[in-house]
Amino acid sequence: MVPLSYYLLLSGFLFACGVAGFLIRRNIITIFMSIELMLNGVNLSFVAFAARWHSLSGHVFVFFVMLVAAAEAAVGLAIIIAVYRTRETLNVDRMNLLKL
Amino acid sequence: MLSVHLILFLLFGAVCVAGAVNLLMQRHPINSALSLIAVMAALAGEYLLLGAEFVAAVQVIVYAGAIMVLFVFVIMLLNAGEEERSAGSRVAWLLGIPGLLTGSLLVAWVLLRHAGTDTLAVGGNYGAGANYGSPPAIGQLLFHEFLLPFEITSILILIAVLGAVALATKPETPAEGGN
Repeated sequence: MVPLSYYLLLSGFLFACGVAGFLIRRNIITIFMSIELMLNGVNLSFVAFAARWHSLSGHVFVFFVMLVAAAEAAVGLAIIIAVYRTRETLNVDRMNLLKL
Repeated sequence: MLSVHLILFLLFGAVCVAGAVNLLMQRHPINSALSLIAVMAALAGEYLLLGAEFVAAVQVIVYAGAIMVLFVFVIMLLNAGEEERSAGSRVAWLLGIPGLLTGSLLVAWVLLRHAGTDTLAVGGNYGAGANYGSPPAIGQLLFHEFLLPFEITSILILIAVLGAVALATKPETPAEGGN
């Protein structure tokens, strides 16, 4: 038996690492991966709460989060490719114009 | 008292923590991507411990499989090299690190205050019989209670596919047509 709070601590740590990576990294692909890390942290707390309350709704929500993450990854990486084609850089400090 | 459940939780949790920290520390995006794959695989183990078999399988197939393949593919397609670091502002360091420590310690204290009581423990018997977390049980829920959100996500995926194709194709030169 593992206390629920251990799972929540791990989930919070993963989310915090995602936020820190989003803020301190300068490569746009790594920033995108930090967002995925945040989503994974949230998924863990969904599953832990589902096990705690003996309910399956949390699992269904994790399923939806994964679907949205897949859609987000497809569109986001396409945007990264389009930006790289015009700017020729992946550094977010150099992407300071919305104009192409 | 170290039960098998707790030992496995600590093992997978250590892999998760190490992978997440490594993702922050590495300078090359491909190393970050590989450590993210390790985090996702270890999270699938945690899901199995929580009785979420279907979610664990989907985590490996969709997240560690499909999404990360897309990431690695884009990193290699764009030939991403080591990132250049810019120095952060000094105020951010002076305020950020004490603030981060205080906040995380506060959250840890609030969460761990009730860790000893049995009512919050997770694991072992999950109720709802042996069916808990199996694909049939999730499918029942997905196609009855959550039917409308499920259909809406299918539209979302369709739009995402169209958007990705439209964004990633090379724009035509203005001389050939279009605007």
